[in-house]
Amino acid sequence: MLNYIVRRLLYAVPILLGVNLLTFALFFMVNTPDDMARIHLGAKHVTPEAIEGWKREHGYDKPLFFNAAAEGAAKAGDTLFVEKSLKLFVLDFGPADDGRDIAREIKTRMWPSLAIALPTFLVGLLAYISFALLLVFFRGTRLDTAGVILCVALMSISGLFYVIAGQYVMGKLWHWFPISGYQPGLDAWKFLLMPVLVSLVAGIGDSARFYRALFIEEIGKDYVRTARAKGLSELRVLFRHVLGNAMIPILTGVVVVIPRLFLGSLIIESFFGIPGLGSYTIDAIQAQDFAIVRSMVFLGSLLYIIGLVLTDISYTLVDPRVRLE
Amino acid sequence: MAEGPVAEQDKVAKIAFAILAACVLAACSQPVNSPYPAAEAGGSVLYSAFGERPKHLDPARSYSENEYVFLGNIYEPPLQYHYLKRPYELEPQTAAGMPTVRYFDAAGRELPADADSAAIALSEYEIRIKPGIRYQPHPCFARDAAGKPRYIPMRPEELADIDHFQDFSETGSRELTADDYVYQIRRLAHPRVQSPILGLMSDYIVGLKDLAKALAEAAKAQSKEDYLDINAFDFEGAYVVDRHTYRVRLKGKYPQFVYWLAMPFFAPVPEEAERFYRQPGMAAKNFSLDWQPVGTGAYYLAENEPNRVMRLERNPNYREDFYPAEGAPGDREAGLLADAGKRLPMVDRVVYSLEKEDVPYWNKFLQGYYDASGITSDSFDQAIRMNADGQPDLTPDMRERGIQLATAARPTLSYMGFNMLDPVVGGLSEPARKLRQALSIAIDYEEFISIFLNGRGLLGQGPIPPGIFGYREGIEGVNPVVFRVDCGTGVFPPLSKGGRGDLATTAAAQAALKSPPPPLYERGESRAAGDCAKFKRRPLEEAKKLLAEAGYPNGRDARTGQPLTLYFDTAASGPEAKSRMDWFRKQFAKLDIQLVVRATDYNRFQDKMRKGSAQIFEWGWNADYPDPENFLFLLYGPHRKVGTGGENAANYQNPEFDRLFERMKDMDNSPQRQAVIDQMVNIAREDAPWIFAFHPKSFGLRHGWVKNVKPNLMSHNLLKYRRVDPVARAAYQAKWNRPVLWPVAVTAALLAAMIGPAVATYRRRQKATAHA
Repeated sequence: MLNYIVRRLLYAVPILLGVNLLTFALFFMVNTPDDMARIHLGAKHVTPEAIEGWKREHGYDKPLFFNAAAEGAAKAGDTLFVEKSLKLFVLDFGPADDGRDIAREIKTRMWPSLAIALPTFLVGLLAYISFALLLVFFRGTRLDTAGVILCVALMSISGLFYVIAGQYVMGKLWHWFPISGYQPGLDAWKFLLMPVLVSLVAGIGDSARFYRALFIEEIGKDYVRTARAKGLSELRVLFRHVLGNAMIPILTGVVVVIPRLFLGSLIIESFFGIPGLGSYTIDAIQAQDFAIVRSMVFLGSLLYIIGLVLTDISYTLVDPRVRLE
Repeated sequence: MAEGPVAEQDKVAKIAFAILAACVLAACSQPVNSPYPAAEAGGSVLYSAFGERPKHLDPARSYSENEYVFLGNIYEPPLQYHYLKRPYELEPQTAAGMPTVRYFDAAGRELPADADSAAIALSEYEIRIKPGIRYQPHPCFARDAAGKPRYIPMRPEELADIDHFQDFSETGSRELTADDYVYQIRRLAHPRVQSPILGLMSDYIVGLKDLAKALAEAAKAQSKEDYLDINAFDFEGAYVVDRHTYRVRLKGKYPQFVYWLAMPFFAPVPEEAERFYRQPGMAAKNFSLDWQPVGTGAYYLAENEPNRVMRLERNPNYREDFYPAEGAPGDREAGLLADAGKRLPMVDRVVYSLEKEDVPYWNKFLQGYYDASGITSDSFDQAIRMNADGQPDLTPDMRERGIQLATAARPTLSYMGFNMLDPVVGGLSEPARKLRQALSIAIDYEEFISIFLNGRGLLGQGPIPPGIFGYREGIEGVNPVVFRVDCGTGVFPPLSKGGRGDLATTAAAQAALKSPPPPLYERGESRAAGDCAKFKRRPLEEAKKLLAEAGYPNGRDARTGQPLTLYFDTAASGPEAKSRMDWFRKQFAKLDIQLVVRATDYNRFQDKMRKGSAQIFEWGWNADYPDPENFLFLLYGPHRKVGTGGENAANYQNPEFDRLFERMKDMDNSPQRQAVIDQMVNIAREDAPWIFAFHPKSFGLRHGWVKNVKPNLMSHNLLKYRRVDPVARAAYQAKWNRPVLWPVAVTAALLAAMIGPAVATYRRRQKATAHA
């Protein structure tokens, strides 16, 4: 298995290089270094000299992929791509174009994101699976039909609606929680409860329906009939045998997101005023801060690859027939 | 006697009870949904929000409203705007008096104050600052027992232990000196600071361009980590006379320079701060002058977490500063002079929370957790209704809450511009001018203001916004090219009677422009036609007639018969922009002109503007300072965007306008200056390179517990004048935020109602399975 993991991680290098190449190409297709300079220097009184100065100061005065003026290896080496890419592979993100240190920003903002994402993820997983198993238990009854209709209705509503409705009802009408905001430390709980609740409700529709479909497929299989024939209770059949055998598709969707949990959620964090990483990339795109964009895309890709490797490893844990070679 | 285990347990229990009681009391001291720490409850704190994190807090670099909210209260330029007086009036801030200016000719001979501008080769401003002003406490001033700087230089291992700015255990302060002001002027040329006004100021401040070049060369030759000593370079543009006096030397005459002296670009920065922050390892910890300001203002930035909160605290070293004792008419009656003569600042702390979305901001304002709020389109109907006079007023709900409304026309102009280099809509030819005039009449900005701004705008009549010298109030200021007086007769003189075209083309009319006629009445029409206090947009028929005279009868090219198609470039996007573009299409369609909207991203839009490939566009300008020069220069030919990169986005160039501008910019505010401005405005109205759209009105709401609020759209150091009544605020917060508990009981009952039958069903099915 170790060989497999090492091999997968080595495969990651060209993938990350490719992702980085695409990020560079796409970003500079839309924005030129001059555009970036103008955005950072402001809308008034910007002179060509100021633009040149900004580019020089931030290292955007070099050619993107090929430096015709350089000699030998420097033709490829003395370029924006090489200069800005290499450090990413040792996770040296450097400063953002506005001067702030990116690694420091990530370290600061990941904790509030995680404070919402982790309980949402864990409680959500438990609640959605339990609810789906409950529907399976009552399959074919009116309760099941009502549950499925409810799920379809819930998944048909925009996520933004849950946020605004949650803030309106629990924050504005009932005064249970602060409508938005965040405080670090022990006081954080009262700012986290509402976003976690809203996230849970917003996610229940499609998750429960997805899990229900998985369990329904399992419930008709022979091992379930055998388990029942042994006299096991229905709860034991569902939570031990059906759930256990449906783990592979569940893990496929679940484990891959674990490393990315701290990247946060854009809508939830924006509306609830949580100072997480959710809007960091979007804000950077709007501000044309290429240093942040390339760092976050790189980090996102890296975490996705790690998530896929973890998913593969998790298969071996839940299904002894799977071997990683 | 030693205490036994029981006594020990009793003691622990007492302590635990005390802690619990303290927690309960703290929790009860403010509503459960309060977003603020309990320790802050009842304090002299002002609560506000910011929607976007500031990018720069370096006064030499920052040039954005959302950054000036903070910087204006931390840094002190020598001058400020009087808080209450209108029109806006400059007064000394840290300066002991207003700057004195001396003029010199090319030979260095001093000239009298009223010397002709053309003879002035050099202006020298002398600014004397008040002695005894001290900086906020800051580690850059900290000194050890030997009197040496405590943190300059700083060993790497020492810096390694410091993670937050508050970890610097020692701070110090020192007196503000003239050196700090001169140092900041030098910083404008610092290659690593990248001041946005370097280009502009290089045209005025003697030697600034050369200093910038020399510094850029020196910066190239050293590592980025190395300290660049900008004081070591020659610079004639600013120098220190004595500890509290400095002089700034400008090329020629530039009377608007005094307004710049009220902006953070000219605030003092101590050299120690630059030396402190430029040490290796500081930037990696986000310790920089761009992030942790060092000022003499009423507040200092105590907490800078722009992802969550920015907290300003009262500067303990703040100088003696007092609330103004005089204001504008009506201020006393409005209670704005109740605190006259009181020591500033009045609030101890100002907490700005990050609030990216409008909905939570508005709801928290209604709960009393923000002291003031703007009004978005979504909340407009909830907050404002129009009274019988068509004036905005608060809704009964807002009145009941004691909320108060303050409105003010912003010193801003939004306009629709025509690219004067465009072969169809551009140029000063008669047909092109008539085409632009026809469009100026057809596009109904009254409707625009009503639909898209909820009435929060003042119709544009010329390039100068209200509150700026040169703006004419009421009927005298109405643009006669687009509007007519409405005397209630409904009769409009036909265009052929002394039409506008004649006015602009004949020599007699050019002469008339220099001494403008009463602007609103057609020639030959008597002012005594009635008490005409209202004006009305000219009828569409006039626009159609102008269009026909321009060569496009019924919206078709008279030569080719092809329909006239015009192109509108915009960077606006989203559903609201779409509605606006649809509205523009309809306005053009009134003249049977097809409008093609070319929506693009901001970069491409800017690129088109620079290259002059846009045809029609929307643009706007916020006043840097309250002088007409700051708006009329937007139409000054040598400042055109194409070729020079200036701010004249329409690329308008009229020699007469340019000649008048050069005369006007150096004049003091006087009837003579007003006369020149009138001529310039009339030329711009006739040539119509812009459609003067509107001046936005600012609508601000505040709770009754916030005192001393008067809109001042030029100043940024307003926090020191504010006063709050924390007791009233706490009472209202408690009243408005009582938790509603019945939903908890209902939810519990519902859950029980669901779980009970589910359990019963489960048991029944289990039994059924067993029996099967």
